[in-house]
Amino acid sequence: MKIDRRDFLKIGGLGVLGFAAKPVIDVVSKGELSEASIEAGPLAGKRLAMVIDMTKCKEGCTDCIDACHSIHNVPDFKNRKDEIKWIWNEPYDKTFPTQEHEFIGTGIKERPFMVLCNHCDNPPCVRVCPTKATFKREDGIVFMDYHRCIGCRFCMAACPYGSRSFNWRNPRGLDSSGNPFIKKNNTNFPTRTTGVVEKCNFCAERLAKGLIPMCAEVCKEKAIVFGDLEETDSELREVLRSHYTIRRKPGLGTRPQIYYIV
Amino acid sequence: MIEKALTGSKKYWGLVGFLLVIMGAGFISYLMQWFYGLGITGMSRDVSWGLYIAQFTFLVGVAASAVMVVLPYYLHNYKAFGRITILGEFLAIASVMMCLVFIIADLGQPVRAMNIILHPNPGSILFWDMIVLNGYLLLNMLIGWNVLASERKSIPPPVWVKPLIYLSIPWAVSIHTVTAFIYAGLPGRGFWLTAIMAPRFLASAFAAGPALLILLALIIRKFTKFDPGREAIQNLGRIVTYAMAVSVFFVLLEIFTVFYSQIPEHMHHFEYLFTGLEGHGKLVPWMWSSAVLAVISLILLINPFTRKREGILAFACVLVFVSLWIEKGLCLVITGFIPSTLGRVYEYSPTLPEILITLSVWAMGFLILTILYKVGITVKEEIEA
Repeated sequence: MKIDRRDFLKIGGLGVLGFAAKPVIDVVSKGELSEASIEAGPLAGKRLAMVIDMTKCKEGCTDCIDACHSIHNVPDFKNRKDEIKWIWNEPYDKTFPTQEHEFIGTGIKERPFMVLCNHCDNPPCVRVCPTKATFKREDGIVFMDYHRCIGCRFCMAACPYGSRSFNWRNPRGLDSSGNPFIKKNNTNFPTRTTGVVEKCNFCAERLAKGLIPMCAEVCKEKAIVFGDLEETDSELREVLRSHYTIRRKPGLGTRPQIYYIV
Repeated sequence: MIEKALTGSKKYWGLVGFLLVIMGAGFISYLMQWFYGLGITGMSRDVSWGLYIAQFTFLVGVAASAVMVVLPYYLHNYKAFGRITILGEFLAIASVMMCLVFIIADLGQPVRAMNIILHPNPGSILFWDMIVLNGYLLLNMLIGWNVLASERKSIPPPVWVKPLIYLSIPWAVSIHTVTAFIYAGLPGRGFWLTAIMAPRFLASAFAAGPALLILLALIIRKFTKFDPGREAIQNLGRIVTYAMAVSVFFVLLEIFTVFYSQIPEHMHHFEYLFTGLEGHGKLVPWMWSSAVLAVISLILLINPFTRKREGILAFACVLVFVSLWIEKGLCLVITGFIPSTLGRVYEYSPTLPEILITLSVWAMGFLILTILYKVGITVKEEIEA
């Protein structure tokens, strides 16, 4: 992970690719960010991707989910209908429906698989969005502009991975007993409004500060490796070289950028 | 001409008042949706489009079907349809208006709707749907109104209307093709990922639309002095017959491909629709009703002895309309989401406010139609008097 980061900093130091972080800088509260980005420099890349090693992922652990949802102000409505989630787990057969059979070994069938936005290289959600509210950045992140989204939900119909959530009701509101849906408001990240779509943003706001995505950082088992595919000597590429990895629904041509070690 | 809509019989005002009451109930529900969010509907993370988008899809078809009277009259000089082209065009106007309102009702951020024009994405089918629907609305307003105004003065319509009429013919096909592309181009939705979607849409449109037009023509004959003509109605009946037969044929083609290839991502949706899946089957009785109605309607329509009797023809048209509304205005959109892309079965049923909003948009459409038909028919009555 360290080598990875140092390499990032080198590129970041060039300052050229700092432009990639521009939309994030606009979104995140200004003071703290500009300070941080001067100190560390943004983590930039050309083709950001992630490997999730499911052999390391520990059953019952929800550290990455909790941390992600907490820093990104993801509300909890406590019902499935209105649910919003950025990273969560699914059983093997729901994650890889085309690569499933009845004799798959124990320990795989029961194990939960981490799923999130695949930041597809060829994203159908971006293709269908009528307002370019969701778009692919230079570094490969499939990003969302919550202020431009009209809430038509075409992207939700288009996403083959169910990675997108819609704000069916006010996420800033209170439940019937007066508790806020966002348990602890992180003032460094925007809350969303009713009627817009949201999803994992690959922690673009953290990359801009020189930090790796939260899920990768908090994972005690180091099951999540994040990096730039264009960097041939990165840890990410090393993991991809040395392991057999699969992607979700590869037959659809979306070219997901989340790779799984099963 | 519009002043003709301002005077009318007690029955006319009764109908207008009735439609306004339904619209009022829907408006109150919409205010609730405005303040609470779309969570007030039955839609969910899994089934993210529901009744609104389904109505939109169905009504695009009704709008497109105007071409079925325009084409024979203007391209083949089939005179009997000359009397009813205005009915088709005005029905198209009312239907497109409903489509647009249904889309707005479905938006999470309706105040940002103009972003489609401010930040257009030409790669998005929704962007093109916005263009073709608004274009079709404009075409029918210009054509319908100008042709009627000229008819009233017993002069030929202005020369610039003719090219617009010719343009409106392929344009009608385009609105339903583009609407089908919304569904048929999504990689992860096996139920919709079929090249036959657009032809299937057009076939069901050319059955449901003219079926409604026959019913409207019969109502007009009963309540006004204007007679759309038996020949026109009979020939519309033939169009409904052919289109309904083709529509059912296309659905059977889908069923063959899906169940013979047995690709799960495609087949599960049809299983959910016809037999239920994992113990869930809310749409099963609906879909079988649609199938039974379709078969009965075809028996009545194909047999010339029943089709030629106007009472039976009208009954068959009701069956066609209801059958296709279930198929397209209910099942087609919802089933695309069940099972979800993750293979989960999470069912959908509309809520009361959602149903009221839906009914009120239909009421709005019928109000527009009532007003337009009142103007059109009063003019026709005056010409014939």
